[in-house]
Amino acid sequence: MARFARWLKLAVLLGVAAVSAAPLQQASAEVNLPGLENHKGTKCVDDEDYIRRHHPDLLRHHRTEVVHQGIRTQKYSLEGCVECHASKKTGSVASAKDDFCVACHNYVGVQLTCWDCHASKPGKSDVVPSEAARTSPMMTSVQSEGHSQ
Amino acid sequence: MSEHQINPSADQDRRDFLKTSAGLAGLALAPGVLLYGATAYGRPADEPASSKVRWGMLIDTTKCSSGCNDCVTACNTENGLSGKTGPQDSQWIRKVHIKNLQNGVEHDLPMMCQHCENPPCVDVCPTGASFKRADGIVLVDRHICIGCRYCMMACPYKARSFVHEPLHDQVPDVPRGKGCVEACTFCVQRVDKDEQPACVEACDKAQHGAMLFGDLNDPSSAIAKAVKTYTSTEVRADLGLNTGVRYQGI
Amino acid sequence: MAIKSYFEATSAYGGAKSKLFWSLLALGGVVVLGTLYAFFTLEHHGHILTGMNNQIVWGLPHVFAVFLIVAASGVLNVASIGSVFGKKMYKARAPLSGLLAIAMLAGGLAVLVLDLGRPDRLIVAMTHYNFKSIFAWNMLFYNGFFAIVGLYLLTLMSRGLKQWSKPVGLLAFLWRLALTTATGSIFGFLVARAGYNSALYAPMFIIYSFGYGLAAFIVVQSVMYKWNNIEVDVAILARLKNLLAVFIAAGLYFTTILHLTNLYFAKQWDYERFILLDGGIYTTLFWLGQVFIGGILPLLLLFSPSAKKNPALVFFAALLVVIGGHAQMYVTIIGGQAFPLNLFPGFAQSSSFYDGVIHSYSPSGWELMLGLGGIAIAFLITTVAVHVLKFIPEDDFKDIELAKH
Repeated sequence: MARFARWLKLAVLLGVAAVSAAPLQQASAEVNLPGLENHKGTKCVDDEDYIRRHHPDLLRHHRTEVVHQGIRTQKYSLEGCVECHASKKTGSVASAKDDFCVACHNYVGVQLTCWDCHASKPGKSDVVPSEAARTSPMMTSVQSEGHSQ
Repeated sequence: MSEHQINPSADQDRRDFLKTSAGLAGLALAPGVLLYGATAYGRPADEPASSKVRWGMLIDTTKCSSGCNDCVTACNTENGLSGKTGPQDSQWIRKVHIKNLQNGVEHDLPMMCQHCENPPCVDVCPTGASFKRADGIVLVDRHICIGCRYCMMACPYKARSFVHEPLHDQVPDVPRGKGCVEACTFCVQRVDKDEQPACVEACDKAQHGAMLFGDLNDPSSAIAKAVKTYTSTEVRADLGLNTGVRYQGI
Repeated sequence: MAIKSYFEATSAYGGAKSKLFWSLLALGGVVVLGTLYAFFTLEHHGHILTGMNNQIVWGLPHVFAVFLIVAASGVLNVASIGSVFGKKMYKARAPLSGLLAIAMLAGGLAVLVLDLGRPDRLIVAMTHYNFKSIFAWNMLFYNGFFAIVGLYLLTLMSRGLKQWSKPVGLLAFLWRLALTTATGSIFGFLVARAGYNSALYAPMFIIYSFGYGLAAFIVVQSVMYKWNNIEVDVAILARLKNLLAVFIAAGLYFTTILHLTNLYFAKQWDYERFILLDGGIYTTLFWLGQVFIGGILPLLLLFSPSAKKNPALVFFAALLVVIGGHAQMYVTIIGGQAFPLNLFPGFAQSSSFYDGVIHSYSPSGWELMLGLGGIAIAFLITTVAVHVLKFIPEDDFKDIELAKH
């Protein structure tokens, strides 16, 4: 019984410490958020917070569509991301530490394996880097549905 | 179906002419246009590939010469392959030289993934990464491939290659990387844009005319007509795989 | 040291054996470290460092892995004969047999996983199943095997569950039959290659597993007895050796039928000539390794008059079977790939992709390290488990009497 009480006290102590430390961390941490300045155009294909949160799911869904069904819509195309976000210095999204994808993924500590296979530099593809944000005149109404505008 | 060939009517002729010229015009325009998706038969980019189409290839070995490697070079360039031919290098298409053991007659022909209707590689893949698309193209989904190489054991044509080293500078339209298995894709990135596979295009450009690509299910396509007119065989036909690639002249 | 005394208190041996235990642990540990080093090197640089290529896609690691997997399902036989067929003499051996089954399967699977092109995708393999693939079924069978044999060990060794050992034992027996059938069918279902497309592979692997499994069990048991100065009773020895001889003979029978049938088909003559006559290393490994060392020589030893009283002869025969089994796996797995696919029967073929020529394979040190790691992992699991729990078979006088009849 005494041993259990001791464990319980320790657990509560740790819990309180964790909860109280969190705001402290955020306030004091002079964290260098990744610089995501490398892009053409002015806006992403979708709302930035939405993309930041959901791009793993969007890419995963899109890749199944492309590979298994041959649906090659451009909005969430990986080549499209590369086309806009390739660094002006290195020409790539994943070669240097502060390139677009690597900078953020290093910060959050999530391993990137996309660039094992996918070209991290834009090449001879027919993706349109959109100056006018989301839809290019070539796209049909089907594509502008969803989360744009 | 048979009536088209036995009794061609004037209407049919007119229809064929219009289709052909429209098709030619489309083919001429397509590479230059920022293609949103005017694929052959008008498949828009947001529409999935359909089983109404079956892509196939007909190879006339009598027109294939032994010194020529145009198809191989074109494939390597289009897909970003190194072109090296060591035991661990990827080869998606190769020229095979065969010599009849009885009478010494020789032939040359390109050999690549045969895009079977009943692909053994699809049957044996444990994760389902090796799959057949609705329009008959057999592909490897390299997001799911675990690199076990069982499909390479199963393929009767030795069509598949394993990537043995880390790759850099891939062609953006053709992602490929270490640890996964790969093979000829009928240049799916081109086919989906209403273009021909690179090997066929190269063979056409050089005026050899040994390779013909098209929709086997479309009775008006050149390949469907050729397959009905000339005898063609599947390689290893006894296996009952109903391959998409057929050969004339062997 | 608290840990040391705990082991001493619970182990079947007692304090004097701890030194042996720690040195065995160190030996296994060093080999596994080498395996991990090989694994990380290959994962980083790619399989370009190995001797495997686009012609020989499965190499030395697979030889070790498939042997371990086949022998693992066979080693459970000893327990099955006890629980399922009710032979009392084998019941004392059941816990060790179950442990070895788990340990060897773990070792074999570890090698297979470490050799994958993308081992980081193991979760993908566990969650995406193509049920037309016998490989996918194997994944389910292997994982189920761990669970079922683990449960079986519980019923054998824990006090309250002993009455469940018969039904769980039956389930384990049937499960491993399915597992070994699926393992043989990995090769049998391949229509493309001259060396493989045969329905015979499934039952042949079952019979091989009986022989390799019992041989592995005898090797381990003999070593354990030796290190603990236990004498195995001659009646039990006679039973084990006769059973091993039967399994070896059955294995030779299946091998003969496979090759005899192939020799009957004109389209298989080239392949048979390659394996049986002019295949170089493969011919040598087939006749000398698989047939002689793995079959004829152990049979001679086992049927010699002195084998009845001499445990060392039986141990030696079992060891030869294990070695012969590796030779058989090499011939099957690598020989079957070395012989080229015949795309154009009746034609000589040549290309830049090694059509029409015998494919060459020279295994690298990395592959050997991977393969030996499988044995080392099985070894480590067994050593630790045997040290901590009572696995060593102890025979009752009653059992020995029964064994005599």
